[in-house]
This record gives sequence, C-alpha cells and structure tokens, in this order.
Amino acid sequence: MGEIFLLAFLFLAAGVIAVPIATRFGLGSVLGYLLAGIALSPLLRELNVDVVSIQHFAEFGVVLMLFLVGLELEPRLLWTMRAKLLGLGGLQVAVTAALVAGVALVLGQSFTVALAVGMVLALSSTAIVLQTLNEKGLMKSEGGQSSFSVLLFQDIAVIPMLALLPFLALPELVDGLAAAEVTAESHGAGLNVVEHLPGWQRGLVTIGAIGFVIIGGSLLTRPIFRFISVARLRELFTAVALMIVVGIALLMTLVGLSPALGTFLAGVVLANSEYRHELESDIDPFRGLLLGLFFITVGAAINFSLLFENLAAIIALTIGLIAIKTAVLLALAQIFKITGSDRWLFALGLAQAGEFGFVLLAFTVASGVIPAALAEQLLLVVALSMLLTPVLFIVYDRLIAPRYAAAQSGEADDIDDDAPIIIAGVGRFGGVVNQILRAAGFNTVVLDYHSEHLERLRVFGFKVFFGDASRPDLLHAARIDEARMLIIAIDNREQATEMVRHVRANHPHVYIVARAVDRHHVYELWAAGCRDVIRDHFDSAVRAGRSALEALGVHAFDAELLTRGFVANDRWRLRELANLYDPDVPVHENEAYVARAKELMSGIEAAMRGSGDAFGVRSDRGWVPPSKDDVDAVVAENEARTSVT
Amino acid sequence: MAKLVLYYVHPGNKYSHANKLMFAAARGIDGITTLDLYAEYPRFDIDIDREQQRLLDHDVVLFQFPMFWYSPPSLLKEWQDLVLEHGFAYGAGGTELDGKHMMLALTAAGNDEAYAVDGYQHYPIRTFLTPLERTAGLCHMQFAAPYVLYGALRAPDDGRLNTHVTGYRQLLEAIRDDRYDFATAIERDIVEVADIPTLVRT
Repeated sequence: MGEIFLLAFLFLAAGVIAVPIATRFGLGSVLGYLLAGIALSPLLRELNVDVVSIQHFAEFGVVLMLFLVGLELEPRLLWTMRAKLLGLGGLQVAVTAALVAGVALVLGQSFTVALAVGMVLALSSTAIVLQTLNEKGLMKSEGGQSSFSVLLFQDIAVIPMLALLPFLALPELVDGLAAAEVTAESHGAGLNVVEHLPGWQRGLVTIGAIGFVIIGGSLLTRPIFRFISVARLRELFTAVALMIVVGIALLMTLVGLSPALGTFLAGVVLANSEYRHELESDIDPFRGLLLGLFFITVGAAINFSLLFENLAAIIALTIGLIAIKTAVLLALAQIFKITGSDRWLFALGLAQAGEFGFVLLAFTVASGVIPAALAEQLLLVVALSMLLTPVLFIVYDRLIAPRYAAAQSGEADDIDDDAPIIIAGVGRFGGVVNQILRAAGFNTVVLDYHSEHLERLRVFGFKVFFGDASRPDLLHAARIDEARMLIIAIDNREQATEMVRHVRANHPHVYIVARAVDRHHVYELWAAGCRDVIRDHFDSAVRAGRSALEALGVHAFDAELLTRGFVANDRWRLRELANLYDPDVPVHENEAYVARAKELMSGIEAAMRGSGDAFGVRSDRGWVPPSKDDVDAVVAENEARTSVT
Repeated sequence: MAKLVLYYVHPGNKYSHANKLMFAAARGIDGITTLDLYAEYPRFDIDIDREQQRLLDHDVVLFQFPMFWYSPPSLLKEWQDLVLEHGFAYGAGGTELDGKHMMLALTAAGNDEAYAVDGYQHYPIRTFLTPLERTAGLCHMQFAAPYVLYGALRAPDDGRLNTHVTGYRQLLEAIRDDRYDFATAIERDIVEVADIPTLVRT
C-alpha cells in the first residue's frame, strides 16, 4: 500500500512541478510531462519500479483519448470535412510513411520494419499541436483547420494501423516473444476467449462485438442514464461514463481487438447523443491524468546512455525526419491551396512525430514487428522531435508570421457565425426560448438535467445534451469559450446565480440572459453581473391582469396601456432597489435598501412622478386629445399673429 | 343591399365625446359590420388574412376616426401598411378591391373656418386627407367625400353633436340600403350633416 502512495505521489508531484514550468516557457504540457519523467527516471531506477508495466496501464489514457476523439466526431461534421480529411490527411500519412520507409530501406532495414517505421513516424502529435494552436488562438485560421483535419485523420488511422501492424511481425521476434509470453501479459491476450476458436467463428464473434458496441451504444446509453439520474448523484454519472469505456475496452480485449478501436467507435456512436457533453466532461480528467502518466513513463523510459552513445546519429535522424515531414506538408499545402502564413503554420506545426508514435512503438515491439533495440532509438527520435516542436512554433511566430502580418492586416476577421448560444435548462421556460431562437435560425446548444425534458425535445428532432449545466466543466464542453450567449433557465436559484458569477468572471464576452425566480433573485443576479434578468412569472401575471381588466369592461387598448405603464413603473422600481441590494448583507439589515423601499411603497415617489397610482400617468400620456382650452389657445395665438402682420 | 364595414379607429376611446356616440349609434344599426380596431388589435398585431377577407366580404369600407396631428390614428396606418398588400390591393394582379368604395367619417377640433386657405390651419381639410384619397385611388376604389364634424370638442355643448349623430345614422342606413348617392358624394369635397338630405334618397 505504502508503495502505491509513494509512486502516486512521485508521479503527481513531478507532473505538478514540471508542467507549469514547461507551460511558462511555452513548451506545452506534453513536454512538461516528458521532462518530469526524465527527471524522475534515476529515482525510479533506484526504487526498482517497473516503468513499462505502469506505461501499459497508462496507455488506457490513449483509449480514453480516442473515445473523446470519437465523441467530437459527429458524422455530420466528418462529412463536411471529408475533402480535407481524406485528401490532406490521407496524403500526408501515405506520402510521409512511404518516404520515411524509403529512407529506412536505404539505411538497411528490412521491408517490413521499414514500413512499420514509416507508419510510426508519419503521425504527428495531436496533444502538442492542438494544445498549442488553442493557446495561440490559431485554431480557426486556415492553417489551424487544416492541421486539425490531418491530426484527425491520423488519430483515426491509428486504428487500422494497430490492426495491420501484427501482420508485419518478424517470425524470429515473435518466437522470442512467445517464449517470454510478453504479448499475453502486456496486451491482455491472456483474456482472449476467441483465441482457440476456428477462424470463421472468430470472425463472427468479432463482428458481433463491434455490432454490440454500435447498437448498444445507441440503444442502451439512454436507459442507463435515465436509470441513474433518479439518484441525482454526480459521481454516479462519472462512474457510468468510466464503466462504459472500461466495459468496451474489456469486450474488445476479450475478442482480441484493439480497445482503442472499440472506444473510438462508441465515441462516434455517442457523438450525436444528448449525453455527449456529460460523458466528455466526466472522462476528460481521467484522460488528462492517464495521458500525463503515460508521457511521464515515456520520459522515464528514455535511455540516456543510448542517446549519448548515438548522439550524432539520433540528432541527424530527428532533423531528417522533421525535414521530410515539413517538405511533404509544404507540398500538400501547395496542392490544397493553403497560402501565406497558414502554409508555414501547417507545415512546421505538424513536423514532429507524436504520442501515438510511442503507443505504436510499444505495440510493435510487443507484437514482434520492430526489434527492441531499434525501437529504443526511434523512441528517442520521436521524443526529440516533440521537444523541438516549440522551437518550430517559435520560428513560425518570430520569423514567418510577421512577414505575412502586413499583407493580411487589411482583411477583415472571419466572424464565426457558428458561435453557439447555450441554453441551460430546457423546461417550460428554456424550451420557449430555444424554440424562438431556433425559429430565427440561431444555433443553440441545449443542456438539461432532466431526462424527461430531453426525451420530449428529442422526439421533435431538437439537438439536446444531458448534463448539469451549472458545472463549469460541462459549460466548457458545450464550448462556452466560443459561445456568444448563455441563457440560464435552470430551476435552482443558487446555481443560476453561481453560473452568472462564474461566466462573468471567466468568459466576460458571453452575453447572459438569466431567469429570476423572484424579486430577490433579480437582485442577486444583478449583483452577480447579469444585466438581462427576466422574471419567471412576471409576464404571465401581467397578461393575467390585463385579461382581467378586459373582462371587467376596460377597453382592450386602455388595458394594454395600463399594463404597459405598470410594467415600466415596476421595472423602474426594481432597478432602483437592485442598485442598493448587497448580496452580502441580508435585506432587512440593508438600511439604504429598506429606506428606499419604504419611500417607493409610500407612494411619495409616485406622487412626484405625477399620479396617485404611480403608473396611471404613463398610460394617460399614451393618447390625450386637446381640450377646448387648447383649441382656444391655438386660435388666440393665431389671431395675435395675423393682427401683427 | 350594399355590404358596409365600419372601422372605428380611436386610441383614446375614454376621452371621446363625439366619436363614442357616433360609434354607439352605428353599432345599433342592423345589417352593417362594425368593429373597434384598437380593441381588435391592442398590441398592433394585425391579422392580415382576416382583414383582407373582411375587405373582400364588403362593398363599402368606412373608417371613422378623430384627426390628430393632421392624420388618422397610427393603428390605421399600420393597418394600411399590412393589409393593403401589393398583389392584393394594388400592383400587378392587385385587383381585389376594384370598384369598392372607401369613405371616411372624421372629427376635427378646429372649426370650419380654420380649415381654409385663409384659416389658421392654412389648408382645407381635404388636403390633409390626400394620402387616404390616393390610397383609395391606387387600390382602384372610389373615394367618397368624407363625413366631417368640425369643432368636435364644442359640439356636445352647442347641440351640433346630436344632429351629427342622427345624420350619421341616416347616412349609414342609406349606404346599407343602396339609397346613398355615391355619384354625387364622389364629386364633393366633404359632406356635413346639412348635406345629408340631398344625398340620401328616400
């Protein structure tokens, strides 16, 4: 037990110390973890820790990451990106893999090894590049979008690669491995239940398992979430999300398939479901921690003696790799008409090898495709190329972007029409807001905690997501960063106020419309920074009052004017008091508030404003004909003028 | 029997002396359609289809209103803007109102002397009604002379209001019964209560 605590503490502490430092120097979190691992490696060796087995455990982070990648991949989005995805991404992987394999052949590797090396090095680092592009706000640029397409294709390409690589296995390596039983241990093949079945049965079981993931994902998720939502416990959602991913990984292992493939498929299946954001925010912390652990173990496993023995060769290989990848990317940018600074962003940004390279290398060694000695050298190349990525971004920032900045400054910024409007809570209140906005053609993202609301909306074909909208992480998953508006229509008043405070503080660009449950809640929301507060039952009460007036024989237009006057007056009073309200002082102890409220209630103000009933004067001014005196005055004025002239 | 629809358009019904009595008298007449436009659409959300159907169903359209700032009340303008669509009332294919009559019954605070070139309003009242007259013309409708009550604020005091209301009733009944001499009325500038006997056939 104590050992687990020690290890956990060491890894956490290394990450906690190294990542902020790396981020401060603009190196990104992945490099921070790698450096932390490098720093830890002597200590781990001293403690006799089996880094490789920890790494296998941490590889589950990659499985989680692919699940999240799947979740992001709505089939519709995939379809609109198809040209870039297949063309740009497919060509990048194919051409780079072929060129790298060619170089490997020239350097004397056998054909299968060269091909495997090509595949491993063709991939770039999704984690580093997306992180960096997001940090620099370049995601929306053409270079950023093209980079994303390529990275997405690579992430998907990992799955067939994982399936194909074992066919490249070298017989002599596999024999050696079989003796050591490494495959069984490291990839769970020991659990493989189909191993001893004849080929056709194996095929059937495999297809059945994939079918189960696809069909089960779309049919079972909703009942499961509805079942647990009765308990209203947040941790249950996290538990279910993990259970789903772990369960799929287990199923895939049982039938001898890649867990990453299974969870990716499940992610795509669930990308259109209302639970997408909930799953995303539940899984994401685990993905982050496990990937962090994975990178630490990669850093810790770097063989420094090997590096120093072959320093010149490894540096040459790394620079060669970056040169090949950059050249391929520049050529592709030319073909796909990516111009200006975007072209260089695209080419330099994706020039490194990536974290999937680590995964694939571990996998190729375990499947007997690449000899361990070569893999260790390649590992160094991958790590070194990733370490150099920040340097390439600095080259882009300092040398390339300024050259194009002058030329581009005249162009208007792209306005992101797709910026979502988030509606939190879609019961009777939020539902109406949603219908109005959608009818006007605005793009809304709807979040709600109640399965029954979502069920109802789903029947009518609305796009809705399950989740507790008051959670910052869920808001984040719903893209609050890019949102232009947030409509808060949840029932819980404290949570609504807290949401206003959070969004005002962290996303001040988001315009907030909030529903208040009563007068005091108006003040709370106002104090929290919301300037568009709508009272829950106010409008309907006003309409009821107007209906009553009409039924009592008041002319419909007079009833309209009277209620308009009432609304205007009430709003003015509310604002007067809202400015005096202090959320930290109870209302009855707030002297200024009490005094003003008394004044307003006494009607003094109303009298000053010209009428006993306060709002009567406003409605009277709606339409007042001249009096007889007025007519006389006009006539007299006119006569006076004519007598003068 | 001509089918007559009377639009009462008054934003300050509760202040009214003359218009209220006139409208009450009109409501008492069988066989004509009357409606209070501000009661019908207090929030100005005019139902275009319903109003167009109403126009199709009638031969004579009469707007009764008080002049205010030399115009009819704003809701009538909104009604015109929305209901008299091109393709329906005017423009290519807009022939639905062909041959119908448009008529006004209005009250003014100024007296008859004021509405003259040498009066303090500087123009005869017909000049201020030119937009409505042209609206009728563009919609291929006959614009009959408006039935006018000058000095409406003093009319209750000097006994003119009652005769005006009686004349109004006779006028409306005559239109209903096809006894109103539209041919002559179209030639005139305005019609006052004194003119009613010459325009109404018995």
